[in-house]
Amino acid sequence: MTAAAASVRGRAWVGEAPLFAPVDLVLEPGGWTCLLGPSGVGKSTILRLIAGLETGARFEGEVTRNQPVALMAQDPGLIPWLDVTGNVTLGARLRGTLRASFLSKYPGGRPSGPIEGPDGRGAEPPADPATRAARLIKAVGLADRAHHLPANLSGGQRQRTALARTLFEDRPLVLLDEPFSALDARTRAQMQDLAARLLDDRTVLLVTHDPAEAARLGDRILLLRGTGLTEWPRPAPRPKGAARPYDAPEVLALQAELMRGMMA
Amino acid sequence: MRTVVTLAVTILALWQGVIWLAGMPPFLLPSPLAVTEALWLNRAEIARHAGFTLTEVMLGFILGSTLGAALAVAMGFSQRLAGVLRPILTFSQTIPVFALAPILTLWLGFGMAPKIAMTVLIVFFPVASAFLDGLMRTPQAALDLAQVMGAGRIRIMRHLRIPAALPSLATGLRLAAVYAPIGAVIGEWVGGARGLGALMIHANGRMKTDLVFAALLVLSVMTVIFARAVAIALHRLLSRYGV
Repeated sequence: MTAAAASVRGRAWVGEAPLFAPVDLVLEPGGWTCLLGPSGVGKSTILRLIAGLETGARFEGEVTRNQPVALMAQDPGLIPWLDVTGNVTLGARLRGTLRASFLSKYPGGRPSGPIEGPDGRGAEPPADPATRAARLIKAVGLADRAHHLPANLSGGQRQRTALARTLFEDRPLVLLDEPFSALDARTRAQMQDLAARLLDDRTVLLVTHDPAEAARLGDRILLLRGTGLTEWPRPAPRPKGAARPYDAPEVLALQAELMRGMMA
Repeated sequence: MRTVVTLAVTILALWQGVIWLAGMPPFLLPSPLAVTEALWLNRAEIARHAGFTLTEVMLGFILGSTLGAALAVAMGFSQRLAGVLRPILTFSQTIPVFALAPILTLWLGFGMAPKIAMTVLIVFFPVASAFLDGLMRTPQAALDLAQVMGAGRIRIMRHLRIPAALPSLATGLRLAAVYAPIGAVIGEWVGGARGLGALMIHANGRMKTDLVFAALLVLSVMTVIFARAVAIALHRLLSRYGV
């Protein structure tokens, strides 16, 4: 057993009212962990604790995280005055590492990066932010919209942009806070497929209130209710780099079971 | 445009009507015709004074906006600084600027400086408070992302908070552009011989009421044009920025 990617142990209150009973959540590295539960039960609070963000709740306990993290939420948080490319590279802009791409000496690469191979000859320099961004925008299917402003994108396209931005961060641990809940059913299913493919081989914590989503994507499913955290029996393995089919009988059965668990 | 013309004609008719009906002497209320005549006869002098006033207004506006915006950014950076400065700022607005004009003239002399200082005092507050308001209302989703992305405070300010607050800054600037000429004119009333304010005070003292009205008219038109120019410039800048 390798070290946990992150963990949250403790309890939280909002004012005097308890938000959740004591929880002990250990996020194992690799695969998708789904934190499923109804609204207002503290799922997002747990995710924000791991992200190191302000929660608005009083938390007593311990939070650990051993890996750098990227975040994607229901509100894509796109910057209205930046186009798709600008939004995808936002992290580099905010860290001041975007300029590296303007160095003409190493077109398409940054001089400080490690260049492998004998004398660096023939070796490919590490991709610069612009090249990486273009590749990711293509991967999420927005190549023809790279220079559109968020106002000119549909809800699904905005979440695709947010997904590309999350991938651009290239962090081993990815936190998804109900990223697809505002989308229509068809777009949501497409985004689930896309995210499963592109976020393969990363550790993902997906917070969701949708049992269908948990049934499609969860390698491990945790149910958070007012009474505390319940570990669900592990479902059958997911196809590599893909979501489970939304219409497969075992997925629908799992969805129904999870729904019953949420109603209990 | 038609409503403006109709309104102007109505006002002029009412004005002339009051003079006829009440039989007001010209040194109390000159007729529109007398004002037009005064405007034409003194056009060179009025233009010269208007030039001084406009210069003071523009310099004061630029200086006051810059100071106001800089203070808003500083306060946006530091909650503690904002906590200290906010009450001081509010307190500063309780002092009537009219009361400060003689003191400023005493300190800065009879030249342009006290008039510009007066304009700065008037412009400063609406710009600072509108901009600060915008800086404190950056969407939380963007701030959360920036924090997780490992952004520093300065870059968050530069790339997120300031651009997001530009529409608020524009609101403050548009408001300030309307008020700026008031500052300059108050300064001119108190000391010095140049500017529309000084011209009005002198004409008033010599019972040349038609000249006072003519100067007032020019001041109003100048203010409208200045405020409109600022609004158009801001609109162009903001739409180029895509906010």
